[in-house]
Amino acid sequence: MIHEFKKRWVSFGIGLIWLFVILWPLLGIKPEGLEFGTTFALWGKLAVAALCIMIVYELNVRGVFDGAKKAGSAITGSTRKAYAAIPQWLLLLILLALALVFPSMTGRYGHDVACNVLIYVCLGLGLNIVVGLAGLLDLGYIAFYGVGAYTYALLSIHYQLSFWMSLPIAGCLAAIAGCIIGYPTLRMRGDYLAIVTLGFGEIVRLILNNWMELTNGPNGLSGIKRPGVYWLDMTNGWTLEHFWVKKVWMYYYVILFIAICTIIAVYRLNYSRIGRAWEAIREDETAAELMGVNTFLLKLLAYASGAVFAGFAGAFFASRMRFVSPESFTFLESAMVLAMVVLGGMGSIPGVILGALALIALPEVFREFDLYRMLVFGGVMTVMMLVRPKGLWPAKRVGRRSEEMD
Amino acid sequence: MSESKEVILELRDVTSAYGNIEALKGISLKVHKGEIVSIIGANGAGKSTTLMTICNIVPTVKGDIFYQGERINALGSEVLPTMGLCQVPEGRRIFPRLTVTENLEMGAFFRKDQAGIKDDMERAFEFFPKLRERRRQLGGTLSGGEQQMLAIGRAIMSRPKVLLLDEPSMGLAPLIVQQIFKIIEEINSQGVTVLLVEQNANLALQASHRGYVLETGSVVMEDDASALLSNSDIRKAYLGE
Amino acid sequence: MDYFLQQLVNGITLGGVYALIALGYTMVYGIIQLINFAHGEFFAAGGYMGVIIISYLSAQGMSPVLCIALGLGLTMGYCALLAMAVEKVAYKPLRSSSRLSVLLSALGMSIFLQNGLMLTQGVYDKAYPTEMTAGGFHFGNVVVSYMQIYIVLITAALLICLNLLVFKTRIGKAMRATAQDKVMSALVGINSNKIISLTFAIGAGLAAAAGIMVGFYYGSVNYSMGFVPGIKAFAAAVLGGIGNITGAMVGGLIIGMVEIFAAGYLSSEYKDVFAFIILIAVLYFRPTGIMGENVDDTRV
Repeated sequence: MIHEFKKRWVSFGIGLIWLFVILWPLLGIKPEGLEFGTTFALWGKLAVAALCIMIVYELNVRGVFDGAKKAGSAITGSTRKAYAAIPQWLLLLILLALALVFPSMTGRYGHDVACNVLIYVCLGLGLNIVVGLAGLLDLGYIAFYGVGAYTYALLSIHYQLSFWMSLPIAGCLAAIAGCIIGYPTLRMRGDYLAIVTLGFGEIVRLILNNWMELTNGPNGLSGIKRPGVYWLDMTNGWTLEHFWVKKVWMYYYVILFIAICTIIAVYRLNYSRIGRAWEAIREDETAAELMGVNTFLLKLLAYASGAVFAGFAGAFFASRMRFVSPESFTFLESAMVLAMVVLGGMGSIPGVILGALALIALPEVFREFDLYRMLVFGGVMTVMMLVRPKGLWPAKRVGRRSEEMD
Repeated sequence: MSESKEVILELRDVTSAYGNIEALKGISLKVHKGEIVSIIGANGAGKSTTLMTICNIVPTVKGDIFYQGERINALGSEVLPTMGLCQVPEGRRIFPRLTVTENLEMGAFFRKDQAGIKDDMERAFEFFPKLRERRRQLGGTLSGGEQQMLAIGRAIMSRPKVLLLDEPSMGLAPLIVQQIFKIIEEINSQGVTVLLVEQNANLALQASHRGYVLETGSVVMEDDASALLSNSDIRKAYLGE
Repeated sequence: MDYFLQQLVNGITLGGVYALIALGYTMVYGIIQLINFAHGEFFAAGGYMGVIIISYLSAQGMSPVLCIALGLGLTMGYCALLAMAVEKVAYKPLRSSSRLSVLLSALGMSIFLQNGLMLTQGVYDKAYPTEMTAGGFHFGNVVVSYMQIYIVLITAALLICLNLLVFKTRIGKAMRATAQDKVMSALVGINSNKIISLTFAIGAGLAAAAGIMVGFYYGSVNYSMGFVPGIKAFAAAVLGGIGNITGAMVGGLIIGMVEIFAAGYLSSEYKDVFAFIILIAVLYFRPTGIMGENVDDTRV
């Protein structure tokens, strides 16, 4: 006990010294001379914060918070019980109702964020098929999103094709792109796949960036049409009225519709024969093949079906922004989507939704500290992984992997 | 012959688990200095886990492990070899992309006495002349028997006081198994205590002084090796009669 | 012909830099099977620390050669400390978690470090004192700048030192043993945590050296400079067979050459596309890279 205590504080001290050694050269060495003031000021603040955390931790170890914890676990226990008592369909219904009335509760800014979250829900669910179900690490997923976005942009600008007509085409083209990327990578395993998909993602971005005739390069494409919607109009009899989606809340309903379709589709896939085959491939590819699973076709299918949803999301993105440029399809975006899937809990639909919410909506809360936003974001990402390495809402069917056993 | 000697390794009511799956359910055993003690039992009885628990690769949940009178539960696995407790694990675990010489050097990793290391390497080569021929070859290219020899050679490079051997006969031709057991006895005669885990109960008991029988994570019998060999239950269950 | 030779010189220079960065990826991957996304940030931090230290030293009136030598040493040490801290905080607690969790943690660290650099050093490019190494040799129309000679010499020296360390010393053997079997190396008394920490330190030190050289070569550094060379070096590591040290060197050279020659003869806009196409083509025919052994069969 005493030994542990001493060890903790010794490593705490070493950590602080280490932090100083890392901070000081960045802040204190100037051509004019060495300076310690700014470093000490910053380091002091960090040290005090760390000390507070250490003290809380120490008290926790000593059992000071046991009473509060007991109360806390009692509350979570009873909520869990209540949660279990409510039928699943009722919960879903409540969630759906909340999603439907959401625009009336917030303003334009809220709608904007909600649209973003839903786009990423679609992306996350699509990637979830590839990574969470089939176990193929894809670091270039955003390329399919780009394919979808540019497909609609080009169709709309050159052929005046409507959004709803373009949506399936965008999905198809993204799926084809998925197959093109999937085919040569099927022989690779594990992390070789990661770099190849990353490479493909970069290739797509570079092509978008450099093919001036088609994509207008880094300047991007503008003048993309809004989606049109037919609405039952009852003022002068029963007629179908066509109008353009203009307000952000209308966009919200469009993407909500797409997202719900995605959720249903992914749910059905997840619990189908194909979904089980994907999970078999993830757990042990050789065994799956020996049991008669056509791994070649199924892996290709995983890529293609994952890409379809990204294509849909991309088409919506293009119609919403009415402008596309290669900047929106960088590796960081792929990494964000992957982060949602892993942070939420691989293979779990509510997890991915939660992950998208956490990664898109939470940074908005920190808008005020604009400068430190990404710094905090990166730090929180690491801390989240340290605290909950299995994700916020781990999938139930995902058992322990054989590789974790030893 | 062993009663009067001091206890060098002792497990007292040790429980250990892989995650939530309990593998050892309160095992107690004693090894006296200079003995060969074997642990026999069926597949999945917890024999290998016992050795892995002693070396703290699998953490102890309950109970105490004593080595030379010191409690070693919480010591890091990498400290134990420096105290003279050394294991040759199941499947030999040769470093496949290190040469034979390098593998042997790794056995003496924590030692600083260059001259002593050199002597011990000679000793290992004398025990296993085959290894000398193959000393520049990569460990992964050796045959099963040679790998087992290399694994034992690597272990004696650390000048162990207690050698934990896991299934030295696994997957080897009978002639080579004979040879390896002879060498184990020879190592023992030079003063190294041996704790042997074996599927091949007959062979193991013939070589050892005492034995323990494990069944699903518990010790069900312990006795002198000769007594176990003549026990009719044991003969039926483990010696195929 | 002159043009070809000039490109060859440039290709070797760039390839050497990629090789240095790739080694860090490959060594870390070899030992804990992690794609260390934060590695590119060590490279960027090295670039910054180099200009900070070298400017300071030269302002104190030290001679250029001494400045660069001392700056190189101190910067490598700094990045080694940084990498060890990152490993301790972000990766070590996740040793037994799934590999994707560690990957995400690495990604978080990459974003964190990049923004940390931006906040402390500003968003604008920081200029290198390139006048220190101005000039070069002229062979007909082929120019070999002093900087290129420095880069090639330093790179070669570092690569030779690394090879000696990994293949000849006791610690190097322990590193390889740990990479091959962590349980067994613990059973022979190797403290794998220390070895892993050391691996990170060495990899980051090499990346830091590459950062300084790139700073001198292009004349400036930027907080986001780690990303693109990072993924190309990662591609180089995979091309050579990830986990294989010689492979990383060969892969780095190939990627550097392809990039320079594609830019020179085909299209400078698409030079990166060619680098990735070569990578994909090689992996298609040899799924484990040029020198990789088929040992890693683990999945996400």
